[in-house]
Amino acid sequence: MKDVSFGQFYPVNSFVHRLDPRLKIVFLIAYIVAIFLATNFYELAACALVLLLIVFFARIPIGKVLRAVRGVTFLVLFTTALNLLFYKGDTVYWEWGIFCVSFEGIIFSVFLALRLVLLVVCSSMLTYTTTPVSLTDGVESLLTPLKWIRIPVHALALVMSIALRMIPVLMDETSRIKNAQMARGADFESGNIIKRVKATIPILVPLLLSALRRADELGDAMDARCYTGGDHRTKYKKLRFTWRDLVAFLLGAALIAGVVLMRIYLPASY
Amino acid sequence: MRIVAEHLFYTYNPKSPFETAALRDVSLTIEEGEFFGIIGHTGSGKSTFVQHLNGLIRLPSSLKRSRPNRKKDSSVKTVLKVGDFDLADKKTDFRALRKSVGMVFQYPEYQLFAETVREDVAFGLKNFSSEKLSEEQIDAAVRAAVEVVGLDYDEMKDKSPFELSGGQKRRVAIAGVIVTRPEVLVLDEPAAGLDPLGKQEIMQLLHKLHREWCRTVIIVSHDMDEISENCTRAAVFSEGTVRYVLPPRELFCHAQELTAMGLDVPLTAKLVSLLHERGIDIECDFTAADFCEKVLAYAAAHPKKERDEGGEA
Repeated sequence: MKDVSFGQFYPVNSFVHRLDPRLKIVFLIAYIVAIFLATNFYELAACALVLLLIVFFARIPIGKVLRAVRGVTFLVLFTTALNLLFYKGDTVYWEWGIFCVSFEGIIFSVFLALRLVLLVVCSSMLTYTTTPVSLTDGVESLLTPLKWIRIPVHALALVMSIALRMIPVLMDETSRIKNAQMARGADFESGNIIKRVKATIPILVPLLLSALRRADELGDAMDARCYTGGDHRTKYKKLRFTWRDLVAFLLGAALIAGVVLMRIYLPASY
Repeated sequence: MRIVAEHLFYTYNPKSPFETAALRDVSLTIEEGEFFGIIGHTGSGKSTFVQHLNGLIRLPSSLKRSRPNRKKDSSVKTVLKVGDFDLADKKTDFRALRKSVGMVFQYPEYQLFAETVREDVAFGLKNFSSEKLSEEQIDAAVRAAVEVVGLDYDEMKDKSPFELSGGQKRRVAIAGVIVTRPEVLVLDEPAAGLDPLGKQEIMQLLHKLHREWCRTVIIVSHDMDEISENCTRAAVFSEGTVRYVLPPRELFCHAQELTAMGLDVPLTAKLVSLLHERGIDIECDFTAADFCEKVLAYAAAHPKKERDEGGEA
């Protein structure tokens, strides 16, 4: 359990790590839009290239990036299989009842799988390179306009930062409870799916209880320090847009514009 | 069961920025029938070590990764044996091992999950038995375990474990581990978070278990008083290595080294050294009862100084 790494900050000092979190969030959104705009492999390849560059500049080991993908292997395989079997194409290779495998189906499912993988990798790059605190600051700052229509942006940002902060804590807790139950002979690795689901009850019940207990304690601790949140809080670290962010912004904008231009001017084909 | 560990290494998160060496060359032998103490500061590797004992942490399959300078000492061979179980062997039956080595984690009450005390205590029992047990067999085993930890079975069995008091919960959790009658019982900080009276009761319980239930008891603690009061021998862990393995009374002759490792020496040892500074030498085995006795004996033998010692004790 100790090596569950999806969504955990990876502490190295890199160009990407030092970027303004707001820029990274905006860039992530733009990038996701670009992935969904891409309709052929050229465009997707361009997106992948951009992402590879980011990974390179963030100095995150490739193994770490792949581990993020491993978490969604099942989802990717599942959607790929569905598309492969149900996509109605013209060049049919094999047909049986409602299932059919066609050339277009294969292309389409590979395309979707790639798109999903890129999606996961780019989102995890954000959390790998941004500490939960600066991520929250970024979100809060970006959502400021919503304050004008009386949406409690600060509270939402706080909720998010607590949730992110608690992920590793709950992971640790899970592995501790799992160990304790394994020491009592619990078996999580064998048996059919019903048996395995039932085997998680001895983990889930204590985990839920401890999450509630932690929430309670945290609430008390915040009360005890007179936390009220909101308007009059000042920041220890102010977000600042620097030359680095400008460079990254220009590069990112150019790359995404490139993808969009490809979409418009290149013939739509595989 | 005799526990033999030789040249144990363990690293968390190898080859990442989070890499931390938890064990560096730990060798330790625990004889059958001991009440053994493992003491060390936070992060000294004591918990990592005990988790090896029932295979929750497995020895790395390729020993290369965990041994940084293996070329220099290729003669060094990692050995870990618990009774007849060879934990370096991949084919070891870890279920059978876990049945014979009971493990009570820190704050064991947080692992309770079942609807009734009976169900919770029976959890391990059902997991470990190869054939299906009859309700009577389960009842008998659970009753024995719940009663040995000092609770009333008939009163407890249908209660939810979550409506019990803190001390009762901990007892139920311990019952849930000993119900399979393990030969070795390992407890990680069994008295953590209890008040002094609760601590004393838990320690009395452990002695009772040691007498009647489990041949070997191993406790992990950072509290010197707990170790010195209870254990036959103790190992001091520091930064992933074993510094000393001695009976407590000899251990505390190394008071200064212990303090340097961030460990506290027991109150009695502090008092003995204070008395020594004043020219009064008292030899005792560092338990509170023995210390008081020796001080009183000394006082009786040296009536003139009686008032001085009275103040010190």
